[in-house]
Amino acid sequence: MARVETFYEVLRRHGVSRRSFVQFCSLTAASLGLKPAFAEELAQAMQVKPRIPVLWLHGLECTCCSESFIRSAHPLAKDVVLSLISLDYDDTIMAAAGEQAEQCLEDVRREYKGKYLLCVEGNAPLADDGVYCITGGRPFVEQLKDYAADAMAVVSWGSCASWGCVQAAKPNPTHAVPVHEIVRDKPVIKVPGCPPIAEVMTGVISYILTFDRLPELDRQGRPKMFYGQRIHDKCYRRGHFDAGQFVEAWDDDGARQGWCLYKLGCRGPTTYNACSTVRWNDGVSFPIQSGHGCIGCSEKDFWDNGPFYERLANVNLFGAEANADGWAKGAAAVVGAGMAVHAGISAVVRLRDKERHDTHLPPKGGTP
Amino acid sequence: MATDTVKLPERPHEHAMDAVGTEPVRPVMSFYVYEWPVRIWHWLTALLVVALSLTGYFIASPPASVAGDTSALFTFGQIREWHFIAAWLLTIGVVFRAYWAVVGGEHARLIYYVPFWSKQWWSDVFLVVKWYLFLNKGEKWVGHNPLARASMFGMFTLGSLAMVVTGFGLYAEQAGVDSWLRGAFGWTLSLFGSSMALRTWHHAGMYLLLAFSAIHLYAAVRDDIMGRVSTVSSMISGWRTFRDFHDE
Repeated sequence: MARVETFYEVLRRHGVSRRSFVQFCSLTAASLGLKPAFAEELAQAMQVKPRIPVLWLHGLECTCCSESFIRSAHPLAKDVVLSLISLDYDDTIMAAAGEQAEQCLEDVRREYKGKYLLCVEGNAPLADDGVYCITGGRPFVEQLKDYAADAMAVVSWGSCASWGCVQAAKPNPTHAVPVHEIVRDKPVIKVPGCPPIAEVMTGVISYILTFDRLPELDRQGRPKMFYGQRIHDKCYRRGHFDAGQFVEAWDDDGARQGWCLYKLGCRGPTTYNACSTVRWNDGVSFPIQSGHGCIGCSEKDFWDNGPFYERLANVNLFGAEANADGWAKGAAAVVGAGMAVHAGISAVVRLRDKERHDTHLPPKGGTP
Repeated sequence: MATDTVKLPERPHEHAMDAVGTEPVRPVMSFYVYEWPVRIWHWLTALLVVALSLTGYFIASPPASVAGDTSALFTFGQIREWHFIAAWLLTIGVVFRAYWAVVGGEHARLIYYVPFWSKQWWSDVFLVVKWYLFLNKGEKWVGHNPLARASMFGMFTLGSLAMVVTGFGLYAEQAGVDSWLRGAFGWTLSLFGSSMALRTWHHAGMYLLLAFSAIHLYAAVRDDIMGRVSTVSSMISGWRTFRDFHDE
């Protein structure tokens, strides 16, 4: 491979004017939540830095992350894929196939050892030696380990790579595990969501490639800039929540008036994501805006915290399933019946032993 | 045991006769068990647990929607605010009570640990279990009996601490990602895996404390009658009175 072009050079080659380039830097800096001064830093970095190669692996997944990514409006996926990053391998959208594609993967690993970014979509099933996901003729878990070993950092795309998602939901028959449980010696950035928001994905990549460092992460390993707040915190229906105005049924007047979906199980209050601010499809809408509660797709174990249309999650105990209130009713019945029976026996015993008062030893645990 | 305050029996009626006039009424044996800060803390906590359970239940299952001008209403927000105020008060109580366990009397310490490795204690627990199963005539204990102590430690002391910690974990969610609250309690999210799971367990914790309250209430009233010892009134006066023992 020849000298790697800078972002700027590629953009110019694609006919982007200097003016447009600077505008793009400002926009990107703004979408990343950076100070205005960073637009300049961004422009500087793009003019002098070579593009960093990106390998995009697919494990056990549904490709919804890729679908989301190529619909990014801001910055346009076209710019990101073709200009910003040097996407050297992505078996879903690359032209090469078979031997050639695998060769590409090998070339990048050899030439950019320790310098490429490994993006992982999906996760690896470990059961039965990983046979439930075979890529390039061998278990995906092996490919993942191999290419993570020489990467600069790993990006976990979506809830599959970040938490396990549907294939890891109970009872997790293929023993699918998220990327950070396999790759332990490299920084792993989780970008959860099913799929993640396109602008969040491109934003994270732009940040890493521009500044040569990972964005600041929260305790769970997610970029703070996009996952620092819950959907609930910035929800435009929040006023109805505080007022106590809830949709009680899907076709009631509250639903028509756009009241809060909390009672119908909206997971906005328990979900860290940027949907209520960035929104989807170039900022057109997001689930709550369309009248459907959030299902919490960027949260760990969201499949196991159902049902989606009820406020309280079901808990499986002793092979039965009920929510906390349901279990409490059962426990209250048992404890209540126990106390009633005990009280009854106590009364009988007391009537029988009425004359026993004077026979006791002095109390323990104190000095009279 | 030396720290325990002992009441000097007064005997104003030593030679008085009862109504039938067959036997002198003798003064009963009493011990000062619950110091006034513990009593105040006890009833405040009882009140707060009721308030927190009520508001907490409504937070999980909101009351019927209110119609009207949204910007002028704060019904659900109010319920949550009461919950937060009561939670802060309960937390202050939990901290204060722990402090009192250090500086207070011998009985103030009982619910903060159980002598798990003591054979004597286990045999005492066994005695009490047998008493509740009507298998013996029962021992008398000045403070909590060993079984009560174990349930108070396990269900109440640890239970209320868990509620404070998980509650603050949830409270921290609405604070910023770099806030001190998130710094201090954000780890609860990692511990339970998700915000949803944290809510489920906080909700279940409410039922644990309510179950404890029910058993506590039943056992206290029952002990008053069956054990012939003051329990409910002792948390008001501080004195535990044994109706069957007399200072002679």
